[in-house]
Amino acid sequence: MGGSGVALCRDFVDRPLALEYRDVSYSIDGRTILDSLNLKIEEGETLVLLGRSGSGKTTALKMVNGLIFPTSGQMLVNGRPTTEWDLIRLRRSIGYVIQDVGLFPHFTVRQNVNLVPKLEHWEQAKIDGRTNELLAKVGLNPQEHADRYPRQLSGGQRQRVGVARALAADPKLLLFDEPFGAVDPVTRLELQRQFLALRQSLGKTSIFVTHDVREALSLGTRIGLLHQGKLAQLATPVEFRKSTSEEARAFLACLEDA
Amino acid sequence: MRPGLLNEMLELTSQHFVLVLISIFIAIAAGLPLGILISRKASLRTPILGFANIMQTIPSLALFGFLIPIPFIGGIGKRTAIVALILYALLPILRNTLVGILSVDPAVRESAIAMGLTGRQLLWQVEMPLAARTILAGIRVATVTTIGTATIAAAIGGGGLGVFIFRGIASVDTTQILAGAAPAALLALLADGGLGWLERRFSAA
Repeated sequence: MGGSGVALCRDFVDRPLALEYRDVSYSIDGRTILDSLNLKIEEGETLVLLGRSGSGKTTALKMVNGLIFPTSGQMLVNGRPTTEWDLIRLRRSIGYVIQDVGLFPHFTVRQNVNLVPKLEHWEQAKIDGRTNELLAKVGLNPQEHADRYPRQLSGGQRQRVGVARALAADPKLLLFDEPFGAVDPVTRLELQRQFLALRQSLGKTSIFVTHDVREALSLGTRIGLLHQGKLAQLATPVEFRKSTSEEARAFLACLEDA
Repeated sequence: MRPGLLNEMLELTSQHFVLVLISIFIAIAAGLPLGILISRKASLRTPILGFANIMQTIPSLALFGFLIPIPFIGGIGKRTAIVALILYALLPILRNTLVGILSVDPAVRESAIAMGLTGRQLLWQVEMPLAARTILAGIRVATVTTIGTATIAAAIGGGGLGVFIFRGIASVDTTQILAGAAPAALLALLADGGLGWLERRFSAA
């Protein structure tokens, strides 16, 4: 969307965000959550961070938008550690979708989606157009849903709004933290399909956290397997299926049950 | 009914009303920012809430008495009464501001931060609207209590409807006691109803 009237964040919004975990460790209360993680995210890819609960995947994700900082090592965004970024600007260029959605209950769907463009002082006409376009893109009818409150939506619809909200300011990077974990299996499949379609049409870099190996294999272009805070494996879905590592086998065993 | 009683009732009711209004206004002006402050700085919670708590536990008549010898804020009259009423009203406002802000859904707060809201935007666009109902409930409790407690102001020359009540007790005159108690109760009911209505209108979520 280069060249449009977005005055703020021009210094990086037109550039992709290059991400690198450089020897990132994180511990809290004497417990090590992440243990010297080294990882580079490539442009346009969907990197899935797969792991059990407590493997450190959410912590790794929150490093990117500076919700958490490494206790040692560096989280580099465009070569600069997150500790040196203007976090407000960094965060406004990154879309963030979480399992609990976190829609603002006192805002309508439209106001939720509009918020960041408003804070960035977009023109009203552009904001309105953008909202309608995004709601349609995530499979919601703007006329029908834009003026509803989050409590008037189903869980799946709320999650769609969450995705639309994350996309609103045209971020260069999207972070997903088990976004489809709390919806029913049928809705989850619909949302996953929607995600793949969106990825095709938007071509944005994403990091996607999940504990569902099936989701990882179908959505990821690469899978980073985290085990006890360490990167146990980094592979394409095809390679991952053939993996012989113990933790990868443990996850792949979940597929055989069905 | 003695002629002139009605006039005196009006006079003392309006005195009472002003006493409550000033006290609540200042209690809000102090309690709201303090509540916001302790929602941000957990280390200040214990001392500030502790102070407000202790103020509430002092029997009201004693608190009015304690304040009389204190320079500047003490002495006989309205000013001392207002200081005491503020100290009483502080706790519910302070506590409800804190609780209101802390009970905002963590996922909502995390989204707001992750979307790049500044601290101020988080407070005014997300936390305060969502806490408004709880905060108003605190203000309502504080107001209704203050209307009752303000009757004691008369004991230290603060005026208000307590003048009737103390006079009535001294002269064993039920009419006088009622002339003070009934308007006070009515004021409390009106405040409760009005603020309750406002609170429901703010049922944001």
